Amino acid sequence: MARMKFLCDADRCIECNACVTACKNEHEVPWGINRRRVVTINDGKPGERSISMACMHCTDAPCAAVCPVSCFYTTADAIVLHDKDLCIGCGYCFYACPFGAPQYPRVGNFGGRGKMDKCTYCAGGPQQDNTRVEYTQYGSNRIAEGKLPLCAEMCSTKALLAGDGEMIATIYRERVQRRGYGSGAWGWRTAYRTTVNV
Amino acid sequence: MRRILLAPLMVLFLALCAPGIVTQAQAQPARGAISAEELELQRMLQGGRIEGRTTLPDAQSEVLIQPAGKAWRDFHNVTLAWVGGIAVGGMLIILVAFYLGRGKIMVEGGLSGRTIQRFNLLERANHWMVASCFIVLGLTGLNLTFGRHLLLPIVGAETFTAISLWGKVLHNYLAFPFTLGIVLMLLLWVKDNIPNGRDIEWFKQGGGLIGKGHPKAGRFNAGQKMVFWITTLGGAAVAISGYMLIFPFWGEFGVAEMQLAHIVHSVISVLMIAAMLAHIYIGSIGMQGAFDAMGTGEVDLNWAKEHHALWVEEQQKRETAARPAAQPAE
Ligand code: SF4
Ligand code: SF4
Repeated sequence: MARMKFLCDADRCIECNACVTACKNEHEVPWGINRRRVVTINDGKPGERSISMACMHCTDAPCAAVCPVSCFYTTADAIVLHDKDLCIGCGYCFYACPFGAPQYPRVGNFGGRGKMDKCTYCAGGPQQDNTRVEYTQYGSNRIAEGKLPLCAEMCSTKALLAGDGEMIATIYRERVQRRGYGSGAWGWRTAYRTTVNV
Repeated sequence: MRRILLAPLMVLFLALCAPGIVTQAQAQPARGAISAEELELQRMLQGGRIEGRTTLPDAQSEVLIQPAGKAWRDFHNVTLAWVGGIAVGGMLIILVAFYLGRGKIMVEGGLSGRTIQRFNLLERANHWMVASCFIVLGLTGLNLTFGRHLLLPIVGAETFTAISLWGKVLHNYLAFPFTLGIVLMLLLWVKDNIPNGRDIEWFKQGGGLIGKGHPKAGRFNAGQKMVFWITTLGGAAVAISGYMLIFPFWGEFGVAEMQLAHIVHSVISVLMIAAMLAHIYIGSIGMQGAFDAMGTGEVDLNWAKEHHALWVEEQQKRETAARPAAQPAE
C-alpha cells in the first residue's frame, strides 16, 4: 500500500488558488470552511513563497491523539479520516493540529462548533463509498474511484503534488536538481518527521 | 562591432556567475535563501510559528504551521492526564485511608439536642446550586480527558459520543449558574473568610483533624477559608478561561489563546475537583454533625462549640443583645 502525502513545491506555486476552488467545488464545502488554503509568506519581500496547505495526513496524527471521543482512523493508504457521527465539535483537534486543518461550521456563536470538517484527501469518510450520505458528510471519494485528490490534479503549475510519498519526493528531487534550487517540502518535517533530501 | 564585443563579455559574465549559482543552490536554497526544513526546525525549537497572508477573511488561516500544537498535545495527553489522575485519584486514596485510619470525627461532647442556625436559606440554596453545577461540570470535564480511556471501551463509541455531546452542552450551559453562584458566594461569605492570626494557630494544631482538641475558630476556620478561596478564586479563573473557550468564533482569540485558556482551565479544574472531594468528604461521612449545616441549616450546639467556639459566643452575644426588652431595665 502507498503512503499518501501532499507536497507543495513553493517555488512553483503562483498563488492562483485553483486548488482551493477545486476543493470547494468538488466537495461542495460550505461557506466559512476551507479545507485547503494558500498562505503567502514574506509577502512582497525577497523570499516570498506561496504554499498551498491542507491536512497533511500526518504520521502519528496529533488530531487523532487528542480527540476525546477517538473518532479518527487511518486508512491503509495512511490517509487520516474522521467520523462526523462521533465528533462532538470540541475543537481539540484544531488546538493540536500544526497546520490549522480542522475547520468548523459556524453553527452559532455559543458553545457548539458543529462537526469538524477537514481535507479527506478526497477519500470520503466511514460511510459506504460514493453514496449520497458520504457525499453530504465528507464530499466525493475520488480515492475509491482510483483517482488522486483534485487539488493536485488541477494545479496548473504542478506545484501541488499528491500521491505516494516516495514517488512525489522523487519528482520533487529531480525538479530541484534540474533547476538548481528549491525551498524544500513545506510541512514535511512537522507532519512526517522526514525531509526530502536533494 | 559592439555586438561582437558584447558576446564574449556575456560569456565571461555567465561563466563567472554560473558556478556561483550552483554552489549557492547546494549550500542553501537560492531566491531569498528560505528553507522549509530549517524554518520548521527553528520554529519548533525556538517557538513561534510560520505565518503569512491569505486571501481568506479569516485571521486563523494565516498561520501556516504552529508548532505549539505539539506542546498542547503533550500537555493534554501526558501532563494533564498525570496531574489530573494524581490529584483526583490521589485525593480519593487519601480520603479512604483517612476514613479507615481516623474514622468519622465525632462530636466529643456528644450531641446536645439543641441547635443553632448556621446557614440561612439563601446561603444553602446558593451552595447547592454551585455544588450541583460543580459536580456536573467536573464529571463532564473529566470525561473529556479520561472518558475515552475509562468509559469509551465499556459503553462503545456511539453511546460515548452521545454522553460526551450532552456533557458538552451541559458543561456550556451550567457555566452560567455556576459563575452566578460563585459571585453570590463571594458576596455572602467574604467578610467571614478574611484570613487572620487564628488561622495560623488552627493549622499548627492540625485543624483538629490530627490529634486531639479543637483550635478556636470564628464562623469559618482556616480549612473552610481555604475551601472558600479555592472555590472563589479557582472558580473565577475557571470561569474566565472557560468563557474564552465557549465562544469559539467571537473575539480575537486565536489558537494560541485557546490553548492557553484550555491549559489554565483544565489544570485549575482538576485541582479544584481534588479539593472539593475533601470538602465533600468532611461535610458528609467524615464528620458527625457537619452535614446539617448545609442540610437543614441548623447545627448541634455542641458541634458548633467544638468547631466554631468564637462564632457561637458571638451569636449568643448578639442574641442576648437583640432581646433587651426581655430583660428588665436596671
Ligand atoms: S494535518 Fe492536522 S488534521 Fe491533518 S492529520 Fe495532521 S494533525 Fe490531523
Ligand atoms: S472536534 Fe471532533 S474530531 Fe476534533 S477532537 Fe473534538 S471530537 Fe474529535
